[in-house]
Amino acid sequence: MHLLPKDQSQIRRGGETRRLAGKERRNRRACAHSLSPCLLVSLSLLCATTNGTFASDGAASFGAVARQVQPKVVKLYGVGGLRGLEAYQSGLLISAEGHVLTVWSYVLDADDVTVVLDDGRRFVAQHVAADPLTEVAVLKFDPGKDPVPHFDLSQSAAAEPGARVLAFSNLFGIATGNEPVSVLHGVVSAVAPLEARRGAFDTPYRGDVYVVDAAANNPGAAGGALTDARGRLLGMLGKELRSNVTGTWLNYALPVKAFAPTVEDILAGRFTPPELREVDRPDHPLSLAVLGIVLVPDVVTRTPPYVDRVAPSSPAGRAGVRPDDLVVMIDAQVTSSCRDAAELIGRYERDATVRIAVLRDGAFLEFDLQAETGN
Amino acid sequence: MTARNQRGRQKDKETRDARTLLLLSPCLLVLLSLLATSDARASDDTRDEAVLAAEARRIETIERISRPTIAIFDANGQGGGSGVVISADGYALTNFHVAAPTGPAMKCGLADGRLVDAVVVGFDPGGDVALIKLLAPDKTAEGNSQRAGSSPTPAAPSHDFPAAELGDSDTVRVGDWAYVVGNPFLLADDFQPTVTYGIISGVHRYQYPAGTLLEYADCIQTDAAINPGNSGGPLFDADGRLIGINGRGSFEKRGRVNVGVGYAISINQIKRFLGLLKSGRIVDHASLGATVTSDPDGRVVIDDILEDSDAFRRGLRYDDEIVRFGDRDIRAVNAFKNVLGTYPGGWRVPITYRRDGQEYQARVRLANFHRAGELEALLQSQQGPPNPDRPPRRGGPRRGPPDEPQPPDGPRRRGGPEPRRGGRPSRRGRGQAELPVAVKPFYEERSGYANYWFNRYHQQRVWNAYLARGDFADAGWNWKIRGQLAAGGDVEIELSQNEGAIVMPQGRSEAEFGLSLAQETSPPRSGGLLAALHLWQRLLLVGPSRFGETHYVGTLPWTSEVDLADCLAATYGGVATHFFFDPQSGHIVGIEMQAADDQDPCELYLSQFREINGRFMPHRWVIRRGDELFADLRITALEWATATAEKE
Repeated sequence: MHLLPKDQSQIRRGGETRRLAGKERRNRRACAHSLSPCLLVSLSLLCATTNGTFASDGAASFGAVARQVQPKVVKLYGVGGLRGLEAYQSGLLISAEGHVLTVWSYVLDADDVTVVLDDGRRFVAQHVAADPLTEVAVLKFDPGKDPVPHFDLSQSAAAEPGARVLAFSNLFGIATGNEPVSVLHGVVSAVAPLEARRGAFDTPYRGDVYVVDAAANNPGAAGGALTDARGRLLGMLGKELRSNVTGTWLNYALPVKAFAPTVEDILAGRFTPPELREVDRPDHPLSLAVLGIVLVPDVVTRTPPYVDRVAPSSPAGRAGVRPDDLVVMIDAQVTSSCRDAAELIGRYERDATVRIAVLRDGAFLEFDLQAETGN
Repeated sequence: MTARNQRGRQKDKETRDARTLLLLSPCLLVLLSLLATSDARASDDTRDEAVLAAEARRIETIERISRPTIAIFDANGQGGGSGVVISADGYALTNFHVAAPTGPAMKCGLADGRLVDAVVVGFDPGGDVALIKLLAPDKTAEGNSQRAGSSPTPAAPSHDFPAAELGDSDTVRVGDWAYVVGNPFLLADDFQPTVTYGIISGVHRYQYPAGTLLEYADCIQTDAAINPGNSGGPLFDADGRLIGINGRGSFEKRGRVNVGVGYAISINQIKRFLGLLKSGRIVDHASLGATVTSDPDGRVVIDDILEDSDAFRRGLRYDDEIVRFGDRDIRAVNAFKNVLGTYPGGWRVPITYRRDGQEYQARVRLANFHRAGELEALLQSQQGPPNPDRPPRRGGPRRGPPDEPQPPDGPRRRGGPEPRRGGRPSRRGRGQAELPVAVKPFYEERSGYANYWFNRYHQQRVWNAYLARGDFADAGWNWKIRGQLAAGGDVEIELSQNEGAIVMPQGRSEAEFGLSLAQETSPPRSGGLLAALHLWQRLLLVGPSRFGETHYVGTLPWTSEVDLADCLAATYGGVATHFFFDPQSGHIVGIEMQAADDQDPCELYLSQFREINGRFMPHRWVIRRGDELFADLRITALEWATATAEKE
């Protein structure tokens, strides 16, 4: 039973190369059974029975904690509004000067994002930086003379399964103006690697998350706070995701340690998006050509990555990749254009095994490809 | 289920045939192994006393709050939702969207296993609240003889229904523990309700109505599971006090099950409506006669106002900033809507507004939200409650689609017939003949009423209480009243059947009491004192049944927001008059007569009752109109033709 898998995920900071070995992925897939709904039920039952007092965990009342935390969670309004795509989400204040940490999403895909504070004050925030790997984004607004209440990411806490937690967010956009965000309670059901997808796409983040039994990850909740019973920040609520294994909706939060170093870099002004990091470049990068795939000519900004030709005796040819296949993913990363595909494949060492997913006549096919040694 | 029971049962299971265990899904195995671990912990002698005490308290609370919680079905035992008994004589609260589809008669299952008949009493469609009354089966024989039509008397009260203790929802805070009790998914075959618990996730929430109905203003948001079938059931605080009626959840793509967001109508809102719901009426919500918006500076300002509204007469104008409303500071439009949505039409609410930097205060009489007959027509046209699955889309595209407010309506039992969602037969069409025997004596159909039986009953109750204070039937029309103004000066009033006159220091005024009293506003600036006195006289002499068109409004604030007064509305001569009765003494303590819609009514505040020849009369009359005091009158002598009054 993997309650606390020691797998530290594939997201590594600094100069380490990102490698995704097939075996490692299979291990993670096995762990992911821990996220099946029946387990969530049984775990929460356990916690409810053994941790039964209303004011347990030696904490102040939830009310006092809520009033202390709510001013640090903001309501964000940006792009959206079509059915199923809400134009709002949540965010965490992380500096007195108006830095807002949130989840990178289409909502932020605007020139201006409106930030509404707990006291109803309204600001326009600018994009500072986003990390495509953890899908966190930092915005900044100018609060004027008055510093804003905020979380201190260096003072965050961690929690074990069974710990009581509170989830703060503007789920469903219920709170407007000076109305404080909603608070839900629950327990940590598991700390386990995220094995999830959004629509047909796997999430880029594969590290540990807090799985909770509160219905925390509803529309608009992304960017909210998960705290312990004392109000200490444990993590940030993520987007709505379904389990890759069971298809059920997940309730989870990214632990602070998964994004704190990145955010620290962003605040210090030394963050560069991963694709620009020279250190991330493999010594001998892989390419599609090496695998035997030639995409259609890259003529527009977002040319769909259709396969034009496949070398018959190449790894791709032997595996069965065909012309006119649409390359949709390379491992967990979505390839929305020829440029994307070329960029992504270049992040791998030449001897790495990559899983390439293609669409062919509506069918979703996956191929594990490895370049021939000696090439 | 307590923790220990749970563990006990699991242990039993563990000892069963191992083969069964093997067939169980892996997740149960996980559960069992985990519980075994917890067993080991429980057997440890280091159990925290505080934990056990808290557990015992919770068990006690759950037992206490389960008793008044009821399961509601229609007369055939189908459909339904939840409810909660709030008085020992059987009054119970539920949602309008639960009670409306059942028709006037329903069956209620109590936690002790009893199934009793119940009758609808009053509807608040705007607030999604219904008041029903449980009928004790052994009392119905007595009720049978009391057919509506003759003078109805109360059903012999049966004081054996377990009632919930009402709390104060304004003291509810985010993070408080809360219990939801009810009948989700209609699970309770033995009527033993299901208990879910959670915390208060938000207070003073505003959830948009569907059209003009089912608005959840100033509601309580909880993460305790609220599912289909929980509708109309109670939300209790940690001490087991009733703080709200559950009726709505935010449901989106995950199906019609709880996703951590449920809403309850606050009990403080319901307390204001309760005395009105008991009248058997379809009670309307309120309108200020003005709409507000937030300006670019974030101020809440009036962007439209009706010139014949009380708000306009009290001085409010376009672009005035609303600073305070009711007992709340107003800093957002939702805050304004939250206050407005918790008041019934007819209440007077304090308001503070700002213009050119200066603040003004006023007490504004709220109008009904719907025009006369509009609410009934709306309900009739919808053939039942509005379809809550299709709320109107509100807000601009940037806000995104609002959550789908879908009251968790009761699902039908497995294999049951199709529910009558949005297509029930009209109330009229059902006919009283179909009513259960127990319900028949307590139901009377009339347009504009949920159940006219209760209105007739209260008219009679109020009037009988008044008669105990003096019967004026033979007092005659010719009255002479003398008094002194607190400001100095004598007043003499003479009344007869067809005319009246008043002599005051500022002069003499007369009025003719013809077929129409609509323009009889003399003496000047009084709003029609002479006509009001004539109508008072008329009520005393002929009684409410022969007065004209009379109905019992319910309880409204008169001199006090706390001690409400019984209100009879009586229309005669084209003028609607409200008579306010003190529920304790039975005295008429107030009269409010509005001679014309666009004018302030004449208000009489009556006090200092003393007996004159077996009849109690007030000896201090304070007469007000709008913001002005017209007269503060101390009565020195009262004479009527058949008898002579005392002299001071």
